[in-house]
Amino acid sequence: MELFSLTIHELQGLLVKKEISAEELTKQVLERIEQVEDKIKAFVTITKEEALKAAREIDQKRINGVSLGPLAGIPMALKDNMCTEGIKTTCSSKILYNFIPPYNASVYEKLLGAGSVLLGKTNMDEFAMGSSTENSGFFATRNPWDLNCVPGGSSGGSAAAVAAGEAIFALGSDTGGSIRQPAAYCGVIGLKPTYGAVSRYGLIAYASSLDQIGPFTKDVTDCALVMNTITGHDPFDSTSANADYPDYTSFLVNDIKGMRVGIPQEYFGEGIDPEVENKIKEAIKKLEELGAIVEECSLPHTQYAMPTYYLIAPAECSSNLARYDGVRYGLRAEDADDVLSMFSRTRNQGFGVEVKRRIMLGTYALSSGYYDAYYLKALKVRNLIKQDFDQAFEKFHCLLTPTTPSVAFEFGSKSDPLAMYKQDVCTIPVNLAGIPALSLPYGLVNNKPVGLQLIGKAFAEGTLLRIGYALEQNSQETRITPILEGVK
Amino acid sequence: MKISIKDVEHVALLSRLELTEEEKQEQLRELNKILDYMEILNKVDTSQVEPLAHVLPLQNVLREDELRATLPKEKVLQNAPEEDEGMFKVPKIV
Repeated sequence: MELFSLTIHELQGLLVKKEISAEELTKQVLERIEQVEDKIKAFVTITKEEALKAAREIDQKRINGVSLGPLAGIPMALKDNMCTEGIKTTCSSKILYNFIPPYNASVYEKLLGAGSVLLGKTNMDEFAMGSSTENSGFFATRNPWDLNCVPGGSSGGSAAAVAAGEAIFALGSDTGGSIRQPAAYCGVIGLKPTYGAVSRYGLIAYASSLDQIGPFTKDVTDCALVMNTITGHDPFDSTSANADYPDYTSFLVNDIKGMRVGIPQEYFGEGIDPEVENKIKEAIKKLEELGAIVEECSLPHTQYAMPTYYLIAPAECSSNLARYDGVRYGLRAEDADDVLSMFSRTRNQGFGVEVKRRIMLGTYALSSGYYDAYYLKALKVRNLIKQDFDQAFEKFHCLLTPTTPSVAFEFGSKSDPLAMYKQDVCTIPVNLAGIPALSLPYGLVNNKPVGLQLIGKAFAEGTLLRIGYALEQNSQETRITPILEGVK
Repeated sequence: MKISIKDVEHVALLSRLELTEEEKQEQLRELNKILDYMEILNKVDTSQVEPLAHVLPLQNVLREDELRATLPKEKVLQNAPEEDEGMFKVPKIV
């Protein structure tokens, strides 16, 4: 049996019955990594010895009769922008190439508490800025479905790792689509939770009012299980939401009769690959068969979301990334003779071209004389975009759209920044509104996965999981696994 | 053209980025393209709209002023490119 291809809940059954040990499972997944990693390149750092040690500790606890949760002994991966004490955390940036955090991100603390086993840290676009992992300061990750194509980004390493069986689940972060877009391209489940539902403490910041951590899993049940562990209020994150967090598995019921699903017209037609659109329409038909009430609707400010995002996110990033100056951690330029030139040389050597572009754009948008015209204007349009969603959710339980305008594209095919930015056209509005969205695979186009996006109102992750679960239980299109070239 | 090479140099200084001549030209080209694209926002009437900086209704999140554990100095300094006598060391300032 190939343990690496199973889900959390399937493996948990085997672990509880002691048919397998966490150590055997971890070994198998590490072997899988060894077998496929030279093709996929999902990991920046692999923590083999630490993983085996952690797995043995879980096995010992189980033998001792300690009560263990559903993630205990499950091998997983973290995007390399979440701090892990004593384990290198680089953000896939040369400026942090040697950074070893002195503390853990809150999500990692929670996963450790749940007994999950960390396999390593996954590759990403530098500082989470990008949609392909091509902006990684080290190397690009490849899509397990087609090695000539990108896995999506910025959390491309996490998505590819789960799709290729190199991790049972993984965490990523999503600022404008960085979980959902790679989940769509790699054919796995990806959830961007409500802003504030998962602590950002220890997540290396890109755009603080938009960033949110969430899971990559192989099915909806696993997504609910990971959400149960990672959500919750955290006093270490002042933007953490003090809400009632439910048991997300309670939403996994195969019944969506009478649920109202809106289809925003702005997410279809021009700019969307017609074959992708056809698959999404098949899913809509399926939902109707299952008793959902599907109706068209409109989010009129959708076309303004992308320019709004590319002012707000760079503005926040220009402030957040000011801390990388060669003083306290990371790279320092060697040849500087005063502090200003040390700062400026360190930053120019350490940051990649896209990061510099966003710092420049954000600094410009916040600078004297341009603040009102760009940044303040964007914040006002952001409000209109949020109001569009508020109005839609007065009528609908959830909205359904494609996750991405096309399936995974080839390396180097989006060299123009604006063409790359347009990959996130269906995902960005959700971050601006702070609401949750789930990307779920729905079949293939040209043997590459299509992603379907379910968008809900704030803290309605459960509704999205319920609809996703119903689709999964009633369609063959949602559980798809790549066949890796040259791997048995 | 929204911005000139002078603007690029000014913003690079504010950003603490020592760009090469070639990089300045590339930034000029790409930033102008992106800022042109941003023009579309001027079609939206926002005269009656409040800015939204943050989606959660949170303000002034406070905590009790109690002693809490902090990172030990060695851990804080462990990543320093250069340190001396328990301090971060930088090139001469004055």
